[in-house]
Amino acid sequence: MGAPAMSKTITIDGKNVPFSDGQTIMDAALAAGVYIPHLCHNPQFEPHGSCKLCVVSVNGRNMTSCTMPAAEDMVVANNTPELNSDRKALVQMLFVEGNHICPACEASGNCQLQAAAYYLDMLSPHYTHFYQPRAVDASHPEIFLDLNRCILCELCVRASREVDGKNVFGISGRGIGTRLVVNAASGRLGDTNFAATDKAAHVCPTGAILIKRQGYRIPIGQRTFDHKNISEVQMEPDHE
Amino acid sequence: MEPHEFPQIEQQLAPVFERHGREAHWLLQILREAQEIFHFIPSAAITCIAAHLGVPRTRVEGVAGFYSFLSLKPVGEYRVLFSDNVTDQMQGNPELMRYFCHKLWLEPGKVSEDNLLSVDSTSCTGMCDQGPAALVNGWPLTNLDHERLDLIAELIRGRKPVCDWPPMLFEVKDNIRRSGTLLGEPFASGAAIRATLARSSAATLLEMEASGLRGRGGAGFSVARKWSMCRVSPGEKHYIVCNADEGEPGTFKDRVLLNSYADLVCEGMTVGARIIGATKGFLYLRGEYCYLLHKLEQALAQRRVAGLLGRNILGETGFDFDIEIHLGAGAYICGEESALIESLEGKRGRPRNRPPFPVTHGYLDQPTVVDNVETLACAARIAAQGGEWFAAMGTAQSSGSKILSIAGDCARPGIYEYPFGVTLHEILDDCGAEDPYAVQVSGPSGILVSSKEFGRCISFEDLPTAGAFTVFKRGRDLLQIVQNFVHFFAHESCGFCTPCRVGTQLQKKIVDKIANGHGTAYDLEELKQLGHIMQTMSHCGLGHTAPNPVLDMLKKFPDAYQHKLKDLAFEPAFDLDGALETARNITGRDDAWAHLP
Repeated sequence: MGAPAMSKTITIDGKNVPFSDGQTIMDAALAAGVYIPHLCHNPQFEPHGSCKLCVVSVNGRNMTSCTMPAAEDMVVANNTPELNSDRKALVQMLFVEGNHICPACEASGNCQLQAAAYYLDMLSPHYTHFYQPRAVDASHPEIFLDLNRCILCELCVRASREVDGKNVFGISGRGIGTRLVVNAASGRLGDTNFAATDKAAHVCPTGAILIKRQGYRIPIGQRTFDHKNISEVQMEPDHE
Repeated sequence: MEPHEFPQIEQQLAPVFERHGREAHWLLQILREAQEIFHFIPSAAITCIAAHLGVPRTRVEGVAGFYSFLSLKPVGEYRVLFSDNVTDQMQGNPELMRYFCHKLWLEPGKVSEDNLLSVDSTSCTGMCDQGPAALVNGWPLTNLDHERLDLIAELIRGRKPVCDWPPMLFEVKDNIRRSGTLLGEPFASGAAIRATLARSSAATLLEMEASGLRGRGGAGFSVARKWSMCRVSPGEKHYIVCNADEGEPGTFKDRVLLNSYADLVCEGMTVGARIIGATKGFLYLRGEYCYLLHKLEQALAQRRVAGLLGRNILGETGFDFDIEIHLGAGAYICGEESALIESLEGKRGRPRNRPPFPVTHGYLDQPTVVDNVETLACAARIAAQGGEWFAAMGTAQSSGSKILSIAGDCARPGIYEYPFGVTLHEILDDCGAEDPYAVQVSGPSGILVSSKEFGRCISFEDLPTAGAFTVFKRGRDLLQIVQNFVHFFAHESCGFCTPCRVGTQLQKKIVDKIANGHGTAYDLEELKQLGHIMQTMSHCGLGHTAPNPVLDMLKKFPDAYQHKLKDLAFEPAFDLDGALETARNITGRDDAWAHLP
């Protein structure tokens, strides 16, 4: 970042934001310290564009900022009541789709879904819960896989493929039946070559992938989002 | 041996691998054939295919789990899928399915004890003018009634192979009721290619521009612009793809074009290939139309013999082009061009992030043109007869003619070709619509038009359409129709983005709640809010258009739902009586005392 060739700019909520060719709106925003809410995006991996929290209005048209390349003269609206209200609805959708029981979840306080909900002033799930039966896979000696908390961001899929070179995770099913699958005929995480040291074991924004025997090591009240807003944490380089 | 153990799996799959080689973009075709062999995709087959193609197991499982016609759990040796399009529904398919299941002691969605048969429903099979329709092991059954189902039940009980069933069960008619220049005028094979070679590709592209031809799949993008952009895009290879994934419920015009005008369509592809510089083309045929595969292969073979496909076409040195057919496997989303390309590459049909667009980065990341079947047929006519001739038909923004697939409450359902600009009044008169009350133009993703608007016309300026034209007479339960549409979208959402994956389900639940008599004014506001989120936040056209039928109903047809609403501001989504359904199923009771008052 900070290359001399960044003479081009876009504006986000009236602020001039420089960008270089090839950067997305999200890249440019993060580099300039402008926060755009997001869950499936992590600058360390190939952009995905599925959670849709980062949708912004570009010259009046909605676009996904983590995949849309920045271009000269883009006038971007981001932190508006309308967009934040729609983003809140998306977070509520994710809450009712899965089974997210924050008070009983080891990820509480470290969970980006929960933190995004706080950031967007979500006071209730609003929609009717789906209560889909989803499996917990404890077959791996070091790692739990709890699909009740999976929001299908595919960060673990990307990390395992791009960084670990293992392809431990994939996506199967369709529509509301879309689900995370693991690379084993048995369907059990314990039968894959997944390791607790893999990058993919540390990128889950919720508590779907948890390292065993770490439970409550950091007490509630002393966790990441107990001290900081998600808008600060996600702006830090290499946040997990 | 257990029915789900496959010790010989490698030998069983060997001929499939032989046919398709080791390229991962053949994965979907390989899985289709595996499904035929085993009647599902066994876990062992996934492992075996992954090893053969050298891809992760998750990739194979991901594709096998995505397409409706592939199944990760066993289905019957005979798999009967009743079309649940709204026209099939109006023609009595739900009752016919119950009748059939009752007759064979079967529950929908379950496999019979002897693994012989399973029955389920499927999205529109494109036989709306000759329904009620179904598929048996992929083959279309038309004009179903009790008598035919009795016969089908006998054939299945007698384990007669589907290929030996009486042909009349599978008869599919074209039902062309009104022809214009596209369907009516004679066409000499090779004429469009000869004219293109004679006047040059650049000059033919100018003819395309002069014609004003716009894509017939619904979006209406200029064909000349798409072809020019692809032509100048740098790449190792260029591709042209014919989008024959006619999945929009109520649409069946491409089925007729492929059945009786395949030459015209192939010619359009060949002209396009010449212009953009493609040596290879694909015809992506929806799985429901796999019965046309053999006929289409024959048409391609004839064209090769006639020098219209293959090397040095019509003697022109270096003009090499051929067409390969890829089959879909039951996924509406693959009609979206970037999802179609993913599917062609043997992947899940997930629409891509754009930009880049297919004209620069399409199939295997190479410049690719994807055009609808009808668009390519028009292009062949234009190449042969010139752009001005074509532009003389239709309206200012919509040149030429449009083929409509008309079905529903009318005396003469079928295929109608009109110059653009025709009014709904005229169409409804021609097809013999009885007391029409509403028309769904361009399928569930299109526009629900009320009788007050029948003066409107079919055109990109007013009512754009991909071809579906479904008529509803007075007295039809419009809420039930909209319910059918929202169920369709929930079933077909690819599941990639949050607003569509969850939103289509929420929309379905709320519409069901209203239809079951538990809706309130609050639910109507919820539907509007949900519609707004899906329209503005979704990843692709499916999510953007999924709320259309609901929003149109709310705006134009208050009578359709108001009498169903409870006179309350709010009613919880939890349905107390509905919660007793499991108990009723277990006890086999459905009498008044088994329900809450």
